[in-house]
Amino acid sequence: MSSLSSSLTKRRSRFPVGLYASLLPPLVWMTLLYFVPIALLVSYSVWRLEAFDIVQEFTLKNFQTIVFSSAYRTVIVRTIGTALGVTLIDVAIALPLGYFITRYGGRYRPLLTILVILPLWSSYLVRVFAWKIILGYNGVLNTALLSLGVLQQPSQIFLYNQFSTTLTFVHIWLPFMILPVITAFERLPKDLIEASADLNAPPWTTFRRVMLPLVTPGILAGSINVFSLTMGDFITPSLVGSPSGIMLGNVISSQFGVSYNWPLGAAFSLVVMLIVFSGLAIVVRQGALENL
Amino acid sequence: MTISPSVEKSLHPASGNALPRQQAKPWLLASWTLLVYGFLYLPIAVLVLMSFNDSTILSLPFKGITLNWYSMSLGDRAIRLALINSVKVAAMATLLATLFGLLAAFAIYRYRFFGKETFRIALNLPILLPGIVTGVAMLAYFSDLGLDLSLWTVILGHAVFGLPVALGPILTRLSQFPRSLEEAAYDLGANPGQVFTGVIFPYIRSAVIAGALLAFTLSFDEVVVTIFLTGRENTLPMEIWGRLRTNITPEIAAVATLVLLISTAIVLFSQWLTSREAT
Amino acid sequence: MGTSAGSHSNSLVYLESVSKIYPTTAGEFYAVQNVTLEVKPGEFFSLLGSSGSGKTTTLRLIGGFEIPEYGQVFIGGEDVTEHPPYRRDVHTVFQSYALFPHLTVAENIAYPLRIAGLSRSNIAPRVQEALRMFRIPELGDRRPSQLSGGQQQRVALARALISRPKVLLLDEPLSALDAKIREEVRQELRELQRQTNLTFIYVTHDQEEALALSDRIAVMHQGRVEQIGTPEDIYTRPESLFVAQFIGKANFLTGQVMQLDAEMAIVMVNGIAVKAVAPKQVPSPGDWVTLMIRPERLQVGQSVKADNQVTGKTASVTYIGQRIESNVDTSLGQLTVTQLGGSATMGQEDVTLTWTAHDCIVIPSPPSSPVSSV
Repeated sequence: MSSLSSSLTKRRSRFPVGLYASLLPPLVWMTLLYFVPIALLVSYSVWRLEAFDIVQEFTLKNFQTIVFSSAYRTVIVRTIGTALGVTLIDVAIALPLGYFITRYGGRYRPLLTILVILPLWSSYLVRVFAWKIILGYNGVLNTALLSLGVLQQPSQIFLYNQFSTTLTFVHIWLPFMILPVITAFERLPKDLIEASADLNAPPWTTFRRVMLPLVTPGILAGSINVFSLTMGDFITPSLVGSPSGIMLGNVISSQFGVSYNWPLGAAFSLVVMLIVFSGLAIVVRQGALENL
Repeated sequence: MTISPSVEKSLHPASGNALPRQQAKPWLLASWTLLVYGFLYLPIAVLVLMSFNDSTILSLPFKGITLNWYSMSLGDRAIRLALINSVKVAAMATLLATLFGLLAAFAIYRYRFFGKETFRIALNLPILLPGIVTGVAMLAYFSDLGLDLSLWTVILGHAVFGLPVALGPILTRLSQFPRSLEEAAYDLGANPGQVFTGVIFPYIRSAVIAGALLAFTLSFDEVVVTIFLTGRENTLPMEIWGRLRTNITPEIAAVATLVLLISTAIVLFSQWLTSREAT
Repeated sequence: MGTSAGSHSNSLVYLESVSKIYPTTAGEFYAVQNVTLEVKPGEFFSLLGSSGSGKTTTLRLIGGFEIPEYGQVFIGGEDVTEHPPYRRDVHTVFQSYALFPHLTVAENIAYPLRIAGLSRSNIAPRVQEALRMFRIPELGDRRPSQLSGGQQQRVALARALISRPKVLLLDEPLSALDAKIREEVRQELRELQRQTNLTFIYVTHDQEEALALSDRIAVMHQGRVEQIGTPEDIYTRPESLFVAQFIGKANFLTGQVMQLDAEMAIVMVNGIAVKAVAPKQVPSPGDWVTLMIRPERLQVGQSVKADNQVTGKTASVTYIGQRIESNVDTSLGQLTVTQLGGSATMGQEDVTLTWTAHDCIVIPSPPSSPVSSV
């Protein structure tokens, strides 16, 4: 009788040791080293600096500074514009490439994919600097144009401007776009493309109506990579950009460095985070999260 | 009127002199691909060329071939120290990142728990958000804790963004793991530990290696987070960063070329290992 | 050469000596070699063969997914050899169905109409009609991933048929279905083809399917067409050893031609003269040939009408449903006989087997390849 009642009342449940053993260490680790620091950064953004001392009182002063300064507004617009432009150009470069590699790569496909990653293994700084060698006054481009007779004397228009910044970003982040795009094309069943052609859709229509919608998750994943990387970078603008063409990354790094205004720098970081999160929200809405 | 089969057989074009019809080639796409690879490798080609340039500045014109910059870089104490530091940092950060990444991947794959999807996205934040955010956040945190900046703070920073890097490939591979293999192992009397080491881990080993390799590479070359977290000792990118702004010589190009050569060799070797494992 | 379209005015699809070659590490591989066939309007035409026989490649050559290295492809009298798939008036039902996962069922079916530039108001009623016709009216808003295999197959059919192509190509459309539904869908396919009077070209590895559905069958083997004919032709008068062995069960005897005239041949098998029907490609006396006799064509017991007779001992008997299959050791070798159950002669130990010359088919075969009985 008692055994019957206990079997009725007591529900068997096991303490999931494995779950806690595998979930807790990374959770605690990331909380202590990442989530708490991020939370601290957010609180810094609503503190203020007074006579080189950080006053821990709630204020929106930093955000007012950002919003009411036309110089800062320009920097924000420039940064978003550059990041969007770089992302779009990388998409335009990566799409035909990804299509070609998956469709015609054949047994060279793994090799072609590795060749996309390989540049990442050479120093990022030196690759950025290499563009200085290419675009500079005594650079590769000028030398080539002189010997071709296009130019009579070296030109300085290639370096230290928005063009050189964008070009360098496009180059530096291109692998982060190509890889997810290749993956997306690889997941695209070949018979869907054949079915579309079979139903009399010309190649461009097939691309627009079948391929593009199905590789969009890959494009979005690559886009959020490139967008986010550009949004936070300050190396490229400081090496190949114009002195007046600084981006949000430069502002943040100088606030945390020479200017020593951490609350303002934190507020700028928050702006960057908010912009990236809105980009992320678009990606999540498109259901491309699995590809991240 | 139709041709009888016997007549047609004698007309078999394949056995005659007729040329086979050529298949259409995607010339436009192929040239685009070539152009893109050219674009990807142009700076690297320039870099390698400059490392042999017999000139004291890292710039054109090309004044002749020399191996001076290579011998100088090999004898450069600061470079050597920075390189050793970079390897130390990357190795430690990779170890931590892969270990925690593996645990997290297993938890996500194996268990249901409240907020699982949020957990997965949160773990990916360090690579979804720009590195500078991680850098300044951890800088502020360590400074509030009164922790002095050193190679250790750099390691912690790299381990944080290394976790999602390692997690990605492992999780992808785990999601393809056939659950029946695990059940079969339990059925044959294996305990959970044996199942993990004997069945699950061998299946995901190549993904763990791939994730670790990626984490190592990104750490080895990391600039943005490191700038905020580094103390007196320099990693290789920090050493290069310092020189890029002051006394830039082709020695840097030589160092970068050497690093590229070595890492290419490592990558090709690991590719060869995994392809051998696959067959 | 007669390659102009006019000479095949009666044919809807005409392949003339097409070859498809793939480069391999070991050289060239002929996936399809010198295949010539014609399909007439309104025909249910099957390409039958095992995997690697070239049947699917042949279908892909008609669909335009592959361009042959040699030969010509005509559709409706027009040389379309180098036309891409989107410029051919044929549609395909893929083995995997290839439904677009990002579109609903209705959007999938509407796809060819939208490509053709029809207005939405014209498309909608036609899609509704197609959904009704294929008895899936309630599935229009679903995604392909939410459908069963049988439902996906209907959607694939509806999508391929809605713009009324000249020819429908079907690549093993039943292979992904459960055995139970397969039988049912097979009937529906045949009815659909009869009702619409469309031309179907149907690829299958299942001989039963091909025999049951087709007006004519092309049996393919190693990239070549072995024989083209009606199901009855293929079954009762195989022209090659491969076809005889591939389709159904049969007894095979090897012998040497003794006498030959326009209709009859006398073949010596193990010292016994066997009368048989002369084949189309006439061998000469002294040639080695194979004789094929279907098990159900062997009669047990004496018969005056029989041209051939042999006695033997029953070695084994197997009951297969209503039929009985027995193996009989004779001086010609072991012969397999099938009879209906309950016949008076079953179970006897000593039996006499008889058959007509008409049921004994001569197949030319090289002496170097000894033939084993099935």
